[in-house]
Amino acid sequence: MTFSAHFTLVLPEIVLAIAALVLLVAGAFRGKVGAIFTLAAVAALIAAAATAVLGPHGRAFGGVYAADAAATYAKVAIYLSSAIAVVLGDRWLAQRGDQKFEYAVLVILAALGMGVTASAGDLISLYVGVELQSLALYVLAAMRRDDAKSSEAGLKYFVLGALSSGLLLYGSSLIYGFTGSTHFSQIALAAAHGGAHGTGLLFGLVFLICGLAFKVSAAPFHMWTPDVYEGAPTPVVGFFAAAPKLAAMMMFARVLGDAFPAAGDQWRQILVIAALLSIFVGAFAGLAQTNLKRLWAYSSIANVGYALLGVAAGGEVGLHAMLVFMVLYMVDVTGFFACLQALNRGGKPMETIEDMAGLIKERPGVALAMTAFSLSALGLPPFSGFWSKYYVFKAALGAGDVVLQWAAVLGLVGSVVAAFYYLRLIKSMWFDAPAGSVDAPSPSAQAVGIAAALFSFPIVLVALVWLDPAAKAAAAAFGHA
Amino acid sequence: MPLQAIAFYLLAFVTIAAGLLVVSARNPVHSVLFLITAFFSAAGLFVLLGAEFLAMLLVVVYVGAVAVLFLFVVMMLDVDFAELRQGFVQYLPFGGAIALVIATEMVMVVAAVATNGAASRNALPNASPGGVPNTEAIGRVLYTDYVFFFQLAGLVLLVAMIGAIVLTLRHKPGVKRQDIGKQVARTPKTGMELVQIKPGEGISE
Repeated sequence: MTFSAHFTLVLPEIVLAIAALVLLVAGAFRGKVGAIFTLAAVAALIAAAATAVLGPHGRAFGGVYAADAAATYAKVAIYLSSAIAVVLGDRWLAQRGDQKFEYAVLVILAALGMGVTASAGDLISLYVGVELQSLALYVLAAMRRDDAKSSEAGLKYFVLGALSSGLLLYGSSLIYGFTGSTHFSQIALAAAHGGAHGTGLLFGLVFLICGLAFKVSAAPFHMWTPDVYEGAPTPVVGFFAAAPKLAAMMMFARVLGDAFPAAGDQWRQILVIAALLSIFVGAFAGLAQTNLKRLWAYSSIANVGYALLGVAAGGEVGLHAMLVFMVLYMVDVTGFFACLQALNRGGKPMETIEDMAGLIKERPGVALAMTAFSLSALGLPPFSGFWSKYYVFKAALGAGDVVLQWAAVLGLVGSVVAAFYYLRLIKSMWFDAPAGSVDAPSPSAQAVGIAAALFSFPIVLVALVWLDPAAKAAAAAFGHA
Repeated sequence: MPLQAIAFYLLAFVTIAAGLLVVSARNPVHSVLFLITAFFSAAGLFVLLGAEFLAMLLVVVYVGAVAVLFLFVVMMLDVDFAELRQGFVQYLPFGGAIALVIATEMVMVVAAVATNGAASRNALPNASPGGVPNTEAIGRVLYTDYVFFFQLAGLVLLVAMIGAIVLTLRHKPGVKRQDIGKQVARTPKTGMELVQIKPGEGISE
């Protein structure tokens, strides 16, 4: 392969890097964010998604970067979700007179980092991608630096994120020490011929999984999530809950599917425990929440649990389930936070369940959309949440492992518990007396929210027709490092 | 050979002595200056090994940037070093125990390497593989095999820089800045006002 051929494989990343640099310079000289600036950022993200789809498949730079169906699938979802975050965030910050051109640049750079992790074929590219994405996300969380809660969110995220990066690196160094390579394919070879290296390698794997679990906010490494979600700006939270989660799940799939297929029995136990803990922490801790951002933080923890159950089921079927689950979940969560961002009362954001009282009479469109998201998160057919859970449970039950089958049953119990708080939100919106007039929602946020709700039902039924084979092709790409 | 040996022992002695003085000097500015001395002599040791690129890197990065940054921090922030040193005796047993453990480990590692013969195999890693100067060798690896990581690391640093600016830069209104273009473009008309003053009345504000 010629040197330039490597660069055609990483074209999506190059597009994003150039866009980020150009926008940074333009922003620094112009200082103002106009519609054109936002549009250019969105266009860059869409162009990157298009190059990911149209570009050639292969492995660049000696295998450290994989451009395959899985990477394409994840990148399209990540880039599009980032584009929505750019639009929503710019509007939201503009409404508060706190607009910064760096916002769009940081979202693009975060998307770039997530794309790199999604196509990582080496521990170094995995780590550098994680750092690129995390650093941008820390800054985004603290974007409103004069707001005490936002600063707190940024600092907490930074400290705990740094800790998790440390765990990740420690695990990586152990793996490198015991296998002699950072390459996933070489690690897979060494793991397959385990023998004397087994224990040390597993130690490294456990640390690596802990670090990744931090990033994906799976219990018992979820402590930062509610605080960060509560404090960070609402559109940024919508971004946090969507794209980085998919990127982190892709990391799980890459590391476990590409580098450690031989140690499946070992990591499956860890993942099943983490998945069940996440599901139950998300379900029970969510019961006590009144703040919707905190509530949805616990909801996201529970959802990550279901996705991990898919990874634990392993093989093509399990990863297929995880990929479908994550994309459907991303649409739901983006829509929910878009609705939340559209709702203000007297200039103040409505963030608690009581604030939502009687919303159906005042803002029927937004209320209907939020009802759809709640029902979807609850897993009620025919909403998208039902289909995503259906895939995961089918994979877990079909894996032929008694532990996984029991885990699936317990997961169902967890989703029944979580139904309480989703239904409480619906009850508040539909049957409680309205508390006062709601401000006119920002059109873009409302449009995104309602579009996502329409995706949740009925578009999902059509979308699954092409999402399903795409995810299947993506899942088949793992394990060929 | 003897010349090299003399240079080695001289540089090694200066490095260790400067290192000791960094932690024992009373004045923090002196500490930083000794740190710079230690870096310089360590760079000399690298030159003796044939790793001239690392030597120059040490001088440029550590002496030129990091140590000067330390110096700025020490001189601009009012850090009370006397207070930091309090409790030295109190923590001495604990610190001493840790130092003892580390010293024992080092002796064990050296002993193991000496008996197993790894030292003879790796004593002088070839700083110039394939007859290429090591600057070129590092450059070849960095910009071919690792070019992807290298560029990504650059982006990580860019994000760190953007983050620091976003979170700390404030545009204060009413700050007077020098604008040379404006100064040069001044004419008597814009820079001067002629006022007719009646005797005994002065100028109204």
